[in-house]
Amino acid sequence: MSATAESSAPSEGLPIKHRLTRLAEAATTPLVPADFLDLFAPLRSGADLRGRIVSVTPETPDAATLVIRPGADWAGHVPGQYLRIGVEVDGVRQWRAYSLTHGPRADKCISITVKAVPDGLVSSHLVRNSEPGTLVHLEQAAGEFVIAPSGGRLLFITAGSGITPVIGMLRNLFPSTESGVLRPARSAGFDIVVVHVAPSEPDSIFIRDLRALDAAGAIKLIARYDDVHGLLDVEELRTLVPDLAERTTYACGPAGLLEAIEAHHSERNLPLYVEQFRTKRIEAGEGGTVSFAKSGVTFAVDGATPILDAAEEAGVLMPSGCRMGICFGCVLPLTEGAVRDLRNGEITVASPGDGVAIQTCISAAAAECVIDN
Amino acid sequence: MTAIQKQDDNPIAHLTREDIETLAYELDQIRQEVLDTRGASDAAYIRRVITTQRYLELSSRAVLLFSIFPPAWLVGTFGLGVSKILENMEIGHNVLHGQWDWMRDPKIHSTTWEWDSATPAEQWKHSHNELHHNFTNVIGKDNDLGYGIFRADEDQPWHPAHLGQPIWNFFNAMFFEYGIAAYDMELGAMIKKKQLDDPKFRASLKTVMKKIRKQATKDYLVHPALSGPSFFHTMAANYVANTMRNLWAHSVIMCGHFPEGVETFEKRSIEGETHGDWYVRQMLGSANISGSKLMHIMTGNLSHQIEHHLFPDLPSNRYAEIAPKVQALFEKYDLTYVSRPLIPQVYSAWHRIFRLSLPNGWLDTTTTKNLPQQLVALYKISTGGPKVRRAAQAMMVREAKKIKAAKAAGMPKRVRRVRRDRVDVAAA
Repeated sequence: MSATAESSAPSEGLPIKHRLTRLAEAATTPLVPADFLDLFAPLRSGADLRGRIVSVTPETPDAATLVIRPGADWAGHVPGQYLRIGVEVDGVRQWRAYSLTHGPRADKCISITVKAVPDGLVSSHLVRNSEPGTLVHLEQAAGEFVIAPSGGRLLFITAGSGITPVIGMLRNLFPSTESGVLRPARSAGFDIVVVHVAPSEPDSIFIRDLRALDAAGAIKLIARYDDVHGLLDVEELRTLVPDLAERTTYACGPAGLLEAIEAHHSERNLPLYVEQFRTKRIEAGEGGTVSFAKSGVTFAVDGATPILDAAEEAGVLMPSGCRMGICFGCVLPLTEGAVRDLRNGEITVASPGDGVAIQTCISAAAAECVIDN
Repeated sequence: MTAIQKQDDNPIAHLTREDIETLAYELDQIRQEVLDTRGASDAAYIRRVITTQRYLELSSRAVLLFSIFPPAWLVGTFGLGVSKILENMEIGHNVLHGQWDWMRDPKIHSTTWEWDSATPAEQWKHSHNELHHNFTNVIGKDNDLGYGIFRADEDQPWHPAHLGQPIWNFFNAMFFEYGIAAYDMELGAMIKKKQLDDPKFRASLKTVMKKIRKQATKDYLVHPALSGPSFFHTMAANYVANTMRNLWAHSVIMCGHFPEGVETFEKRSIEGETHGDWYVRQMLGSANISGSKLMHIMTGNLSHQIEHHLFPDLPSNRYAEIAPKVQALFEKYDLTYVSRPLIPQVYSAWHRIFRLSLPNGWLDTTTTKNLPQQLVALYKISTGGPKVRRAAQAMMVREAKKIKAAKAAGMPKRVRRVRRDRVDVAAA
């Protein structure tokens, strides 16, 4: 529509849908129509992206696969990608990233496989306490750890739950049915070796699937158990996989293993793609550097000074109120880092993407912090 | 009420510095116990209340589409009124206090919530959370003491204009949400100081007018229009529901700091105030309403005003469980926990509004017998200059004190004599 048309007949040109939306908004203010629609159809198109847990299936004593029906606006994914999922643990919404362990499925559901890690608040909750029917919050799939569909000679090195993005790729290439593993024509161009490392055989997630794929000739599986074979030394790779040099390596596992593989491969100039789950773990200490994303100010502060005071001192324009923790007029999002509540010592940690709102007047830095202000 | 520091028998004089610091520690412990056990069931509670309120609003508004039929009008209006009360009190007030921020749900958060009230959340959070909760009952600092329009304390000088305050208070109750909006903008002070052109004030006025327009469009235009032939019935229903909410909210809020027995504080008394002093001021500056669970929910748990003022950011559903512990501390430190059922508490608050609309001591020195003389005296005081007012009031207060002393000593004869004296003086 041109500007003149707009000014001469501002409402005539409005599509009917737009007018209905305006009407619905006028009828529901100060809420929005979505607040009421969410009561009935939380997974509808146009809603915030959510999903409903369909089933929870144990894989090992401390790992389980969750099948989730995503909302209508789920944009799909490529095997190997992950998604961020928000779940309520003890009433608090926590976000974590998990690999999607399937290709696109006929029932339009998605699945993640979670291993309960020690002290893992969210992973333990998902494995042990999540129930079918629960609504969870989702973000669209993301991640670069994917393979070209045309095929190639590949080596997957996976350790522990590092198998999860890889199993998604393998299941997509070689669907498992009641009559066994299928080997469709589109997957003929792949020659795959999987070196899978686990602490022991019972702790090995998806080991049955991997064996089935191996038995069907879809992949060559080299399973390594720490309790039988000892910890994997990357120098052994050339013995385990003699044609290592002709393969493109995809590795996923703990940081230590990935670093060793990176060093090994770069020394020999071999192609390598890695995926690391655990973003750096934030250890809470005393004080730290505080950066303000919008104003660009950064300063170091001790563990006893409220961030509000320190920031004002450094010249950042801060929202503030009672300065004693009761009015919530100084609340700002902590996008990354850890803070300590000066009243009772309680620690609040924010991982990238979390954006946890904190009261700056009673919070002191307990790690390197980034605040959105 | 007289500021606590001016009372003959100061109710906190017996507390030592150590007492106050120990008390603060004990209150901190109570707070921590709730924080340590705050979790899934609390989150489920607020979500359940929000869901219930939304279903109630939807269904009430659906019934009101047929409000031309009297039963539908009655049911729909009542339902909408209850829904609006829940929305403002147990949900809005408490979410805006940050009581549910810990859930990290961006939709139930003090920074994003907006409520069904004329005053915009952002503005209300400033005047309520930051000023009222910080400076509770400090004369000259806490505007909630009389909302800037009433005489709510003996220490505020009496003026003949105060005679009308019971009527103003009634209108304030009827249109409470607009009263709050005006109060949050500090409209009264702005008019007095002739600062209506102040750019900051203009900006907040614009925000308020926009909010009022949206609210009114919803209740008095969109929903009536959707009702078709029931247009005017729905419009009236929405007005009644809003008034129902206004009267209820006003009554509950009056009970928080107005009833007899609640203390006020002088401005200079909070200089250098410690965490413990602040706690003591909150303890003595608030009053509770006793009652059923339903009463607590419908008042947004402001029936636990004392607990709310001590810990404004604890989830409202937990106040009931800590109330006995808080009350035990009042007893331990020999302080008065002001708590009565709704009706006596509302009566007490209204009585105070009424009493303070009159010069200090007038009500105490008046009986049915001397009423005509007292009215004449009141007329003279009201029409006389400030000098007459001051002299007459000082006299009345003295005599009220004498009566009180006489009553305490069981000497009714003297009371009568005193009263006669008083009339002579006032007439002089």
